[in-house]
Amino acid sequence: MKGSATRIMMRRVAGAAIALLLSVPLFAFQPSAGQESFKAVPIDQIPPTEQLPAAPLLIAAYAFAWIAVFFYVWTVWRRLNKVETEMRALERRQSHRGEGAPGVNRTSLP
Amino acid sequence: MKKLFVPLTIVTAALFAYAPVAIAGAPYESTMLLVQKIFYFHVPSWMGMYSAIAVCGGASAVHLFKNRPAADRLAVSAAELAVMFGAIGLVTGPLWGRKAWGVWWSWDVRTDMAFLMWLVFVAYLLVRTYGGPGSDKLAAAMGLFGTAVSPFVYVSVNIWRTVHPLNTVVPELIGGSMPGAGLPFAVSSFAFLLLFALLLALRVNLASRQAVLDELYLAEEDGAA
Amino acid sequence: MFFRTALLVLRKDFAIEIKSFELVSTTLFFAVGCVVVFAFALVSFAGEAAAAGRKPEDAAAAILWIALLFAGTLALGRTFERERYGETIRALLLAPAPRPALYVGKLLGILCLLGLTELLLVPLIALLFNAPLLTQLTLLLPLLVFGTVGFAAVGTLFAAMLMRARTRDVMLPILLYPITIPVIIAGVRGTSALLTSPRDEPTAIMWLAILVCFDVVFVTLSLWTFEPLMTE
Repeated sequence: MKGSATRIMMRRVAGAAIALLLSVPLFAFQPSAGQESFKAVPIDQIPPTEQLPAAPLLIAAYAFAWIAVFFYVWTVWRRLNKVETEMRALERRQSHRGEGAPGVNRTSLP
Repeated sequence: MKKLFVPLTIVTAALFAYAPVAIAGAPYESTMLLVQKIFYFHVPSWMGMYSAIAVCGGASAVHLFKNRPAADRLAVSAAELAVMFGAIGLVTGPLWGRKAWGVWWSWDVRTDMAFLMWLVFVAYLLVRTYGGPGSDKLAAAMGLFGTAVSPFVYVSVNIWRTVHPLNTVVPELIGGSMPGAGLPFAVSSFAFLLLFALLLALRVNLASRQAVLDELYLAEEDGAA
Repeated sequence: MFFRTALLVLRKDFAIEIKSFELVSTTLFFAVGCVVVFAFALVSFAGEAAAAGRKPEDAAAAILWIALLFAGTLALGRTFERERYGETIRALLLAPAPRPALYVGKLLGILCLLGLTELLLVPLIALLFNAPLLTQLTLLLPLLVFGTVGFAAVGTLFAAMLMRARTRDVMLPILLYPITIPVIIAGVRGTSALLTSPRDEPTAIMWLAILVCFDVVFVTLSLWTFEPLMTE
C-alpha cells in the first residue's frame, strides 16, 4: 500500500534524527585547535555580555531546532496516519456495501 | 517524487551527522567564541524559510490564476515549512544575539524582514485553517501578496533603520573574518536545504493523500445518493 | 465602460450612505476616539518624558497613521458587510460589467471615506499636538493620498475576498496589516520628517517615492487578482 512506504520512511527519518540529536552536544563542546593561553580575569571585571555563559544558549538553540523539526515531522505523521485509517475504513465500507455499487474512481495524484 | 524519498533521507541524515563534526572543528570566531556556533543552524534555517516562501509564492500565483489543486497543495506545504523554519530562525537568533551583542532583538533589517515574512505566512496558515470554504484561494492571494511585498518591506525597514540611532551593529560573518567557517557552513546549509526538500515532499504527499480521501468520500456520497 | 461602471458603483454607495450617514459618522467618531486613546497612552507632557527629551510632536505622525489604519480597517469591513447583508454582491457580479471595474468603484468609495477622515484628523492632530501639519500640506497631501491609496487598494481586495469567509472580521486585520507595514512605515516616517524643526524634505520625498512604487505594484496586483478571487 502506498501509505506504509511513507510511514516506514518517516520512521527512518525519526530514527536518524534521534541519533543525531544525541550526538550534537558531544561534538559541539569540543574545543578547536589553535587557542592561545588565556589570562585569568575575575568575573565581575569582564563586560556583561561575557558574563553570560554561552553553553546553555547554544544547547537551547540547537535543541529548539531539533525539537521543531521533530514536532513538525510528528504532526505530518499523525495526520498521515489519520488519513490512512479513514481510507481503510472507507474501503472496508465500500467492499461491504459493494458488489452492486458503482465503481469508485480511484484517482491517483502526483 | 516518491522514489527520491529514500536517497534524500540518507543524504540528509548523512549531512546532519557530519554537520556537528564540522561545526565543532570550525575555528572559534574571535569575539563571540562558542555561542557563534549557533550561526551554523541559524542562517541555514533562514535560507530554508526564504526557499519555502519563494515556492509558496509561485505555487499560490499558479493556483490563483490557473486553478490547479496540485499547486495549492504545494503552496500549503511550503507555507507550513516557512513557518517551521522561520520559528527555528526566530528562536536561535535572539539566543545568539543575547550573548553576542547583549540584546535579545537588535531591530536589524534582516531580522525585521524575516519576522514580518514569518508573520505573513502565519497569517496564510490562519486563513487556511479558519477561513471556511474557499479559503484556498484566499490563502493563495495572501501568499502571492506576501511574496510581492517582501522587497518593499526590505527597503522600508532598511531606510527606517538607518535613520534611527542604533545601539548595536550586526557584523557580517560570512566571508568575513572567519576563513575556517566555509566548510561547516556549507555542510549545514546543504543539509538544511535537503531537509527542506525532503519535508516538502513528505507534506505534499500528505496533502495529496488527503485529496484522494476527499474524492473517495465524495464518490461514496454520490454512490449512496 | 470601465470607468462608467466604477463611477456607477461609487454613486450607488453614495446614494445608500446619504440616507443614513452610518458609515461616515461612525468611522469619523471612531478615528477621533483612537486619537484620544493614543494621545493619553503615548504622550506625557511633563515629568519623565520631558526629562528624556521626548517631545509630544513626535507622537503626532504615528497617531495620525495608526488612527487611519484602525478606522480604515473597520470601514472596509463594514462596507462589504453591507453588500453581503443585502446580498447585492451577487447582483454586482452578475452584471455585465468588467469585474475590476467593481473593484475600482469600491476602492473609490473607501478612498472618499478615508479622505473625509483625514480631513478631520489632520487639523485635529495639528491642534492637539501643536504639530505644524497644516503648513506642510504640499508634501503632506501627497503622502496621505498615496499612503491611503496603497492601504485601501490591498484592503478593498482583501475585504472583498473575505466577504464570504467565516471569520471575516478578524481575518481582515490579520491579513492586511503585515502587507501594509511598508505603507505605515513610509507614511509615519515621511510625516515625521515633515514635522521636525528644520523640515527634512529629501527624506519625505524619498518616502513618498516608496509609497508611489508600492501603490503602482499593489493596485496592479489587486486589479489582476480580483477576478479570480471573486469567482467563487
